[in-house]
Amino acid sequence: MDQPVLQLQNITKQFDGTPVLRGIDLCVNAGEFITLLGASGCGKTTTLRIIAGLETPDTGKVLLGGEDVTSLAPNRRGVNTVFQNYALFPHMTVAANVGYGLRLQKKDKADIRTRVEKLLELVQLEGYGKRMPAELSGGQKQRVAIARALAVQPKVLLLDEPLGALDLQLRRQMQFELKRLQQQLGLTFIYITHDQEEALNMSSRIAVMRDGRFEQIGTPAEVYDHPRTAYVARFVGTANILRGTVKRSGPVTCIETPAGCACAAAQGTPPAAGSTASLAVRSEQVQFSTDLSADGMDGVIREKNFAGGMLRIVLELAGGQQLVASRHGIDLPAQPGQQVKITWQPDHAVLVQDEEAGA
Amino acid sequence: MKNTRRGLWLTLLPMYLFTLVFVAGPLVYMVVLSFLQRDESWGVTANFTLQNYTQIFQPVYLQTFADSLGLALLSTALIVLVGYPFGYFMARLSARGKKRMMLALMIPFWTSSLIRLYGWIIIFRANGPLDQLLMGLHITSEPLRLLYTYPAVVVGMVYALVQFMIFAVYSSAEKMDWSLVEAARDLGASPFTAFCTVTLKMTLPGLLSGVILTFIPSMGLFFIADILGGNTVVLVGSLIEDQLVKAHNTPFAAALSVVLMLMTTAMIAFYRKVSDVKELEGLL
Repeated sequence: MDQPVLQLQNITKQFDGTPVLRGIDLCVNAGEFITLLGASGCGKTTTLRIIAGLETPDTGKVLLGGEDVTSLAPNRRGVNTVFQNYALFPHMTVAANVGYGLRLQKKDKADIRTRVEKLLELVQLEGYGKRMPAELSGGQKQRVAIARALAVQPKVLLLDEPLGALDLQLRRQMQFELKRLQQQLGLTFIYITHDQEEALNMSSRIAVMRDGRFEQIGTPAEVYDHPRTAYVARFVGTANILRGTVKRSGPVTCIETPAGCACAAAQGTPPAAGSTASLAVRSEQVQFSTDLSADGMDGVIREKNFAGGMLRIVLELAGGQQLVASRHGIDLPAQPGQQVKITWQPDHAVLVQDEEAGA
Repeated sequence: MKNTRRGLWLTLLPMYLFTLVFVAGPLVYMVVLSFLQRDESWGVTANFTLQNYTQIFQPVYLQTFADSLGLALLSTALIVLVGYPFGYFMARLSARGKKRMMLALMIPFWTSSLIRLYGWIIIFRANGPLDQLLMGLHITSEPLRLLYTYPAVVVGMVYALVQFMIFAVYSSAEKMDWSLVEAARDLGASPFTAFCTVTLKMTLPGLLSGVILTFIPSMGLFFIADILGGNTVVLVGSLIEDQLVKAHNTPFAAALSVVLMLMTTAMIAFYRKVSDVKELEGLL
């Protein structure tokens, strides 16, 4: 078994008495693309800065290739960062920016030049070497920042929301390119984003962060299909969450809600009958029928709106809770105000840990 | 369109008039004066002469210019040494710390600079607070008698001008994006290398404008040398003052002023060429 490239062991960090990280453990293997996903303020940037050496953790250890680097200065770590605001040196040309790390290593000038040219080619910026950063567009700056970080051949490349400032189209394109680069170079990436789509798209594993902790670490499929907690279910792919009392416990567990009975697949040990539980169901799995003699939970259509190729229907359950269903298409005959029966396949929904219970 | 244009001109007109009357006017007047002949007792007669300028080439006056230049360079160098780190660290303080430091720097300005200089006399005089402190700490065994010496003048110059350097460096360090330093460190730079390759370059405009802001006045400040230097240090500034107020030689004072002005202008031009910093445009 190969040594993991990077290990974080029980990292905690406080800023002015406010805990930002509350015990982070992570093990990253060579060649992985790990995404730290979470809302702003959840501690993902702090985690990255601790790996880079720009912050020191209060407790815990950072291991790089098995070696404890917790108290090592950032310039001695072999880890490089692509900063959120790119942090290109404005007084240097693109080539000088990319070659900065190499010059510090006192490499031969001709070697630096060829290496810089290769890197610019790699990020598709051939011939841009003589430009100044101020003359570049956002996407180009981004590429320069990546080339600059790659120049010193890091063991792990850290990327702090590198696509945050780009427009949607460019972001999609850069996502693809970053993934290509990562695979082509066989590098380990630790990537920060708050965009769940980006995370699902690119990562080999996603670590969903909340409030200084990892809620769940798993492959995109695991996190999407089997969210462990209600928070993960909601954050990744915006699932509907329903709470109720467990009526029937088992591999398919049913809970009682004011609108009727709802069932979902249990993960691990199913909760005991009589306890409170939550289930998550994705909007595309929610079915509804205007035939009121059918089985299902009682509800009423509140809103219909068409957004980006999908029709979004807001349903209100008896008892006031809202559910979102989505359909392909532009419109459907049912109108707001109409009574419906709501169902889904039990194995299309999962039981999740309650937010209150988890916190 | 045309209307707004005219409106703009109308609003700017008073400023142009002000500049014309109070800046350009006196300058022209001074240049003209410097080519005129001194009248026997007071004032000038309208006879063209170059004598005022040739007079400057007497060794005693040349020496004064050289001394002024030397003192200005020394003071500016010391001001850089003190003011740069001060401004730099001030920019790294918390928002509250910055406000307090700013206030601490501003408060002395509420007092006349002349009065503040008299404060230095008290500190420097023989057996004054400074001597007592140094002797009390057994660093020196007898009074230094710093008052009316060259070092006293240098200290006075640094004291009077260092805030300009601090503010100039502070304002450019304040604007600096500190993530650039982190990026440099991240790419393998030691703190010192990161400072030299990034921080210093980014704060250079502030440093350079600070140098200009302190060098120009230090060429002309005369009352500091008068008060703290007694008769030991004679500068161009005091020479001009003497010629004007005591010797009543207005044309010669004007000629000295013109030469001093040309000298500083030439030095700034040279400096601009060497440093090649475009951000100074607003200043010069």
